[in-house]
Amino acid sequence: MKDFLFLFRNTEAGSTHSSPEEMQAITQKWIDWISGIAAQNKLTDRGNRLAHEGKVVRPNNIITDGPYTEIKELIGGYTIVKAESLEEAAEIAKGCPGLLSGGNVEVREISVL
Amino acid sequence: MFTEVFLFMEQQELIPHLFRTEYRKITAVLGKFFGAENIEIAEDIASDTFLLASETWSIKGLPPNPAAWLYTVAKNKALDYLRRDANFNQKIAEQIKLASPEAEEMEIDLSEKNIVDSQLQMLFAVCHPSIPAEAQIALSLRILCGFGINEIADAFLTNKETINKRLFRAKEKLRTEKIKIEFPGLAEINKRLDAVLTTLYLLFNEGYYSASQDVTLRQDLCLEAMRLTYLLIENKSTNLPFVNALLSLMCFHSSRFEARIDNNGETILYQDQDTSLWNQELIGKGEYFLNQAFEGNEVSKYHLEAGIAYWHTIQTDTKEKWKNILQLYNQLLQIEYSQVAALNRTYALSKANGKAEAIIEAEKLKLDNSHLYHSLLGELYTDVDNTKAISNFKTALALARSTADKGLIAKKIKEIR
Repeated sequence: MKDFLFLFRNTEAGSTHSSPEEMQAITQKWIDWISGIAAQNKLTDRGNRLAHEGKVVRPNNIITDGPYTEIKELIGGYTIVKAESLEEAAEIAKGCPGLLSGGNVEVREISVL
Repeated sequence: MFTEVFLFMEQQELIPHLFRTEYRKITAVLGKFFGAENIEIAEDIASDTFLLASETWSIKGLPPNPAAWLYTVAKNKALDYLRRDANFNQKIAEQIKLASPEAEEMEIDLSEKNIVDSQLQMLFAVCHPSIPAEAQIALSLRILCGFGINEIADAFLTNKETINKRLFRAKEKLRTEKIKIEFPGLAEINKRLDAVLTTLYLLFNEGYYSASQDVTLRQDLCLEAMRLTYLLIENKSTNLPFVNALLSLMCFHSSRFEARIDNNGETILYQDQDTSLWNQELIGKGEYFLNQAFEGNEVSKYHLEAGIAYWHTIQTDTKEKWKNILQLYNQLLQIEYSQVAALNRTYALSKANGKAEAIIEAEKLKLDNSHLYHSLLGELYTDVDNTKAISNFKTALALARSTADKGLIAKKIKEIR
């Protein structure tokens, strides 16, 4: 078993316009999905949400607010799962509720070497 | 390992409607805090709080005490707002301090008592007589019930733009009329309470009689109207006979909720309902509040309507039942005329005294543009003069707008033939 990082990307839109009931439904879908991974004993680390605000530091002392000035998609959070292969990890990621609202999941093997 | 997984799974079910319930509590308290003219700030902070909750809980799972988590975040966001907006801070902070000089620091009180008080005071503000009725209902659903714009639009069978316009107008009124989020004074309370009850009554009817196919949503509207009415009953100064009468009426009506809609969302008429689906617990509650309503000498239209609804909960069709209903309609029409009451009175008359007498009375009503009027005439003429029955049902069919109504009338015509 190897560890894989799931990076959840989402577009900035489609947020506070949802009603509380809709937001609750989405939250429950996520919790169910991640709990499902845990039930298969494949969850290494639930991970965390990343705050919207951020800075990007570049050479020559250039610091910009970001990263949203460059890319429309924002990394909203991450989770670490266990799988035999990259393919299996990608299969797990297919169930991510973020996909339903235009988001995507980047799946990367965590290389321990 | 397995226990660990099990524990982890156990706490992952969100309480139904938790977001909606807590949203309205937070909005009421913050709305009171920032003032009616700044109600949007309260809404934004509440929305932001739930967005953060959604993003965080999605990945990390639920915190041990979700409500407390939400209150802490909402408080911090409100205080951040004050700090960030220096201008606003000076202007509003002074007002807030003036309003409660004993408060050294601005405190956002999310105690149970303040939540209930804020919701009640907000109810009076939202139902202020200067705000048009449909805007009051939309604003109640938004602020007091935590419904989204889409959900409100679905309930009214209209689009988001219309609802947004209504909300905008209502909020503008809150500003221009300088409506305060507070309890009305004793001299005013009856009049203001009247306006509040009218809105709650309309909100309930919106759910009960809506043509929307979304049964859950309709039921939610009714429950919300009942919840808000119950808030008034739990509060000493508003626990008045006519408030109890209104809640009693709502309990009796909603006792038939399961029985009056079929699996396709179509209406089942009273006489065709499966009475075993009537909710006896709600009927019992209705009786309780009806008794409470007669603690005084006053008889309001809600008393009479609750009385009528009470008789409808009795399954056996006796002359006595319909004589009582007829008397109640007679009184109701004297307090306040409405077409529906006039038509229903005539139906009760036919049940109590026979069709011949009812037909004579019905012809006098002359509500020629109403499909309900022609449906009633069709009903009364059935088996008396079937040609007239069919011609009336046909007129009704031409006048009816909703597909549900058209379907019911078409069925009647088929049955005669």
